[in-house]
Order: sequence, then C-alpha cells, then structure tokens
Amino acid sequence: MTNTNKIAGVAIFLLIVFVIVPWAIAASGRWDFYYTLTSVALLSIASAGVWLTFYIGRINIGQGAYALAGGYASAVLVTQAGVNFWLTLPLAGLFCAGLSVLIGVPILRLRGVYFAMITLVLTEVARLTALALPVTQGAKGVTSIPLPGELSLFGLTLIPDFATLENPKLAFYFMAVILMVASYATLYRIVNSRLGHLCRSLQQNEELASSIGVNVSYLRVLAYAISSFFGGIAGASFVAISQSIYPSSFQVADSVNFMLNCFLGGLGFVFGPMLGTLVLYFGWDLLFTTGRYQLLIYSSLLIALMVILPNGILSLNVLSGKRARK
Amino acid sequence: MTPILQIKAVSKRYGGLTAVNEVSFDVAKGEIISVIGPNGAGKSTLFKLISSFVHTSGGEVLFKGGKISDLAPHVVARKGVVRTFQETTIFRSMTVRENVIVAHHLRSKATLAGFFFGSATARADEAAFGASADDIIGFLGLGDIRDELASNLPQGHLRALGMAIGLATGPEVLLLDEPFAGMNHDETMRMVTNVRRLRDERGVTVLLVEHDMPAVMKISDRIVVINFGQKIAEGTPAEIQNNEKVIEAYLGSEDDAIGM
Repeated sequence: MTNTNKIAGVAIFLLIVFVIVPWAIAASGRWDFYYTLTSVALLSIASAGVWLTFYIGRINIGQGAYALAGGYASAVLVTQAGVNFWLTLPLAGLFCAGLSVLIGVPILRLRGVYFAMITLVLTEVARLTALALPVTQGAKGVTSIPLPGELSLFGLTLIPDFATLENPKLAFYFMAVILMVASYATLYRIVNSRLGHLCRSLQQNEELASSIGVNVSYLRVLAYAISSFFGGIAGASFVAISQSIYPSSFQVADSVNFMLNCFLGGLGFVFGPMLGTLVLYFGWDLLFTTGRYQLLIYSSLLIALMVILPNGILSLNVLSGKRARK
Repeated sequence: MTPILQIKAVSKRYGGLTAVNEVSFDVAKGEIISVIGPNGAGKSTLFKLISSFVHTSGGEVLFKGGKISDLAPHVVARKGVVRTFQETTIFRSMTVRENVIVAHHLRSKATLAGFFFGSATARADEAAFGASADDIIGFLGLGDIRDELASNLPQGHLRALGMAIGLATGPEVLLLDEPFAGMNHDETMRMVTNVRRLRDERGVTVLLVEHDMPAVMKISDRIVVINFGQKIAEGTPAEIQNNEKVIEAYLGSEDDAIGM
C-alpha cells in the first residue's frame, strides 16, 4: 500500500462522511439517518477502545462500564457543577482512564477467558453502582441535561451553543464523526508506532516481551487506560445527544456488541471496529422486519460470518485494499 | 577483578521439594560457562532464578556487584542480563526482522509519547533499530529469511532467531536455555560457532544450560554440574570428564555419554 493510495483512501473517506452523507440525507429527506449514523460513529469509538485491548491479547467485554461511567461523569459535571460540556468530554475520558488504572492493575494479570469473565461483570457492577450512588440519582437517572453550550477561546467562538442551532442533529452528526476520525487517527498512530509494536509483542508472548525488557504490566495498564478513555468519551457524547442517562443506558449487551464489532470488522485491522459497528448496527435494524425471528437470524448470521471469515470482513481483499491498511 | 555474575548460595524450594539447594559459582567477563546435569537436576530453575523469572527462597545473584535476583524480569533485562527460551518462544506473527526490531526496545532513547508523535529522537531510534536488526540478522546468518513470518520457520532457524532477539537487547550477559536442543549435528555445530562469535566479536558473556554433552564440551570454558539441586562439580571440560562424582551422577549411561 503506497502513501498516495493511503492519502487517497483517507480523502475519499472524509469526503463521504463530511460531504456526501449530509448531502444524501438532505436530498432524500431521511433526517432520522443522522441519529443512526451518529450512534454508529460514537459506538465505533467505544469499539476502537475494545479493539486496542484485543491488541494486547485481552478479550474485553466491559467497555459498557466505561461508557456508562463516562456518561455519568459528564452528566453530573454539566448538571451539578455547571461545567461546559466540551470540557467534560475530555474529563469524562480521563475519569474513565483513571478508573481503568485502578481496576486494570489487579485484573490485567488474568488472561484469556478469566479476564473476559471479569470484564463481563464490570458492566453489571457499573450499573449497580449507578443505581446505588446518591450522585447518580439511582434509577431516576440524570435527565434534562442541557445541550452542549458554546465553546469559545479568547472571545472567539469555536463551537456555537447547540441550543441556538437550527439543526442540532447535523451538529451532533459532525461532532460524532469528527470525534470518530480523531479517535481512529489516534488508534492508527498508536498501532503504527513503537507502542503498537510493543502491544503486539504482548499479544504474542508476554514472557518473551518481559525478557527483552518490556515493562509488561505497565504497558498493559496503559493500553487499557487508552481503551477506557475511548469508552468514556463515547459515553459522554451519547449523553449529550440523548440529554439523559440511566443506569441501564449501557448494558452487558452493549459491552458484548462492542466486542462483536471488533470481531466482525477484523481484529487485524485498525478500521475493523468501525466497519464492524456499521454493519452490525444496520444489520440488526434491517432484520427488524423478520419480527420474532430477528435474534435467531442475526445470531446465526454472526456465527456463520465468524466461521467463514474468522479474520473479519476486512480480511476480504476487496475492502482491505481500500480502507483496512490506509 | 570481580566476576561479572556471582551466584551466591542460591536456593529454591517448592513446598517440601528443594529444586535448587545453595548453588554458588562465579562467571567471569567474556567467559562461556555451561550448567549441566541430569534431567530434573534443577538446571532450568537455576536459570529462571538468575533471570528473576522465579524468585529465590534463599541466597542472591549479583551482576557487577549489584543484586539482580528477586526483581521483575524486565528490570534484570534492563540491567544487561538477558535470557533466551528453551521452547521456541518467539513473536510468531511477526517477520524475522520485526521480531529483532521490537527486541531493541531497551535501546530506545525516545519515550512512547515521542514515538507516537514521531519526534526526531524517535525517528533516529527507528532508523538505528532497523540498521542494528539487519546487522544482527546478518551476523546470525538469517539474511535470506528476514521477511519470513516467524511461525513458518524450521526449528534451527527459530533458535537462531531466539538468539537474535536476545542479542538485540544489547546484553552484557546472555543466558541461553538449551540452545542446541532438538538440533541435528550440523545445526549444532553452526550454533556452537555462533555462540563463540557472540563472545569473540561482541564481547557477550554467555551462560548456557544444556543437555548436549559433545556441544557443551566443545564450547565451554568452564562447566558447572548440578545434580538433585546441588552443585557437584565445577571445572574445565577436561576436569569434568574425569570427575568421578559427575560420572556417578550420569551412571546408567556409559562414560562416553558425557565425553566425546
């Protein structure tokens, strides 16, 4: 893959998400697609985090916990401390990263199915914590969260107040897509820098990695913290759109989906989780017409896909030429 | 001159079983020294104690006068004592060159953030690692297969790759865990030459644990024999071959099993 091809691939992708999609939606009048695509973009950020934990050789089924924690962190800061949403976004990510360090230090020693099981429990723990804590207001959740306010620097308006906008749906779409692009650019850079090479060495053999002087436990926690940061900002963004959050906003099923997105798109490709999220999200919706057989067909298709394409959709050459290795 | 590596009354007990019992010996700089012994004698445990993959129950290991036992393995590697593995432990889904490059981790001057943002130091590091990897690959005769995926390599090449990974860390002492195991005669001889060249051309002190007697006799400056976790003899190959205790330890096999 040459550099020109990569740049062309990125340019085409940016053109599609920033120009063609808004144009197509305006032309067809299907405004509801904005919400769907915004959701896909945000979910794919959380999935990107899960993908990074796969990259150090850990199966992470607990991203929902961090999405929930990030969502609450932002919601509480906005409603109770009056902090600007745009400031709470990175704060929510950092909060989750900090949380994941505390949780990760003991549990990242576990491998394989044991780590997966613990993370599976995390989402449920997060839900119960949200129910129990006074600051999260239990089952009532945090509601009537104001739309993101104005972000200005030295009197210069960088982002206008969403409440004053004619079309906040479009604004949210752009916000989600910009965040997604930034997240995947970060992920791509991580994977292709030394940090990524070291993560790969962990994935393949932790003993050997430590024998060549890699501080294995530090690196594991670092990767997990970055992963959870992604989960946190995805959660916080969701809360801004729905203007509410409940303990059930992110559930075990969501955590499982984040993981499936990675599997489906391809664990060997940075852009796998993005494609996986898109396919999985729309796949589920398209099967809606099949009524009570929806889940049966959906899960059978997933199983079939994993058998036929164990390395994900992007392992098909047609696609990998275009996006996988850009 | 103080020895580069001092093993001082090192012990390891697993419950009631004493795997290594107060073993002591010194390794001088630039020496090739072998630890031999019958199966289950405690060689591998001793090896793990020196590289801190296992913590001691007593005694200590000193490297240039500083303690290196009971630390984390990566800390010991950082100080300059690096081990290779008995099994074919490599990064399977990387190419030979990628394996060796990633093993240069210890030599990086740039921080991880520096690598992320592509700082000047990081780019200099990357270039240096690439050049050094090619140098090591050439040194060990892996040039033809440098872009081959490690999981596709035959046994003999895997050992050499394991050694290349160890060498890439820039060690002062390299601990080789059964470098000749599972090799045919030709491969063994090539490996013997490589180990010698490690010492002669790169000044690396080598401590190896091995079963293959002819190879050990050929390569070692000195040999330490352990049996049932205890050191029973230490000396030059010639001394070891005529040592009665050693012959006794290997009894059941003929004399020629330990000699040439």
